[in-house]
Amino acid sequence: MSAYLTPTLLLAVSALALGRHVDVYDALLEGGKRGLELVKTILPALVMLLTAVELLRASGAMEALTRLLAPAASWLGIPPETLSLVLIRPLSGSAALAVGADLMAVHGPDSLIGRTAAIMLGSTETTFYTISVYFAAAGVKRTRYAIPAALIADLAGFAAAAITARLLN
Amino acid sequence: MLALSLFCGLLTGSGDLGRAAMEGAGKAVSLCVSLTGSLCLWSGFAAVLERSGLQAGLARLLSPLLGRLYPTARRDEATMGALCGNVTANLLGLGSAATPLGVEAVRRMQALAGTDAATDEMCRLVVMNTASIQILPTTVAALRGSLGAAKPFDILPAVWVTSVLSVSAGLIAAGFLRHFWAGHPVKR
Repeated sequence: MSAYLTPTLLLAVSALALGRHVDVYDALLEGGKRGLELVKTILPALVMLLTAVELLRASGAMEALTRLLAPAASWLGIPPETLSLVLIRPLSGSAALAVGADLMAVHGPDSLIGRTAAIMLGSTETTFYTISVYFAAAGVKRTRYAIPAALIADLAGFAAAAITARLLN
Repeated sequence: MLALSLFCGLLTGSGDLGRAAMEGAGKAVSLCVSLTGSLCLWSGFAAVLERSGLQAGLARLLSPLLGRLYPTARRDEATMGALCGNVTANLLGLGSAATPLGVEAVRRMQALAGTDAATDEMCRLVVMNTASIQILPTTVAALRGSLGAAKPFDILPAVWVTSVLSVSAGLIAAGFLRHFWAGHPVKR
């Protein structure tokens, strides 16, 4: 069913937009340019971060860190291999994309670890970045319980991703 | 990260770090090249959603539900508009549209509350944004596709369930933690 998802969605939305007299092709091109902008902004960051990730792995640092935190992770049901992603996700979006891509490439995008990584990436956000942008822009100084509550949401998301990756196949 | 790798590399004496660095940099570029096509396609799709008014329609649909979570914001039409727009943009995966709308909503809430402390509703909005609620996680699907997944979108149900669970956990945690932080800026 999901094989037809992309063309069906594109067709349905385009037809609806045409019915409302929107220049669909023009909108697609404009959005495409935005996509290219996005690639342009993340490329330098990805180069630096994937280099760092590769170094961490080659030097054995990743392995040491994973072994250190594995008991806590397995208590929550999170596969230890995805720990690097769990740690970086709330801090940096492009770093998380780099680590997630690396996990999917090494273990295979359809493996349990690859799927868990993808679900984690798709259902969480760059928590600290978001909080600082929102509150800084509004001039809010005391954030009260926003950070702990957001981190609890993240943790629940990571643990849930490990379960849904197994169950919803 | 670099210092840590160097230290561990020396400690274990394993691997050729110079080669690893070059390899990582090369991987990043090929990843970006293979991502570009589908990212452009889905950004185009997002632009069509935006222009066709589908986004605004969904925002109207959501406003009664959101009014319950944000009783103070509901009284101010502009705040509610920005808030609904923010949630809708997040649902549709329009990250670049979601942030300015969310900031606008928080700014208006702050003006209404008149303190420099986050109100309960601001915390709720931030939690909803940091927990990410996305119907079509296109970037992740593009990533899966570029790495050769059989069906890039077959993680959708899992992403939905996970998102709902994490947002609920965040909102419940917020409702609980609220009692432990002094200085309720708004009396309700």
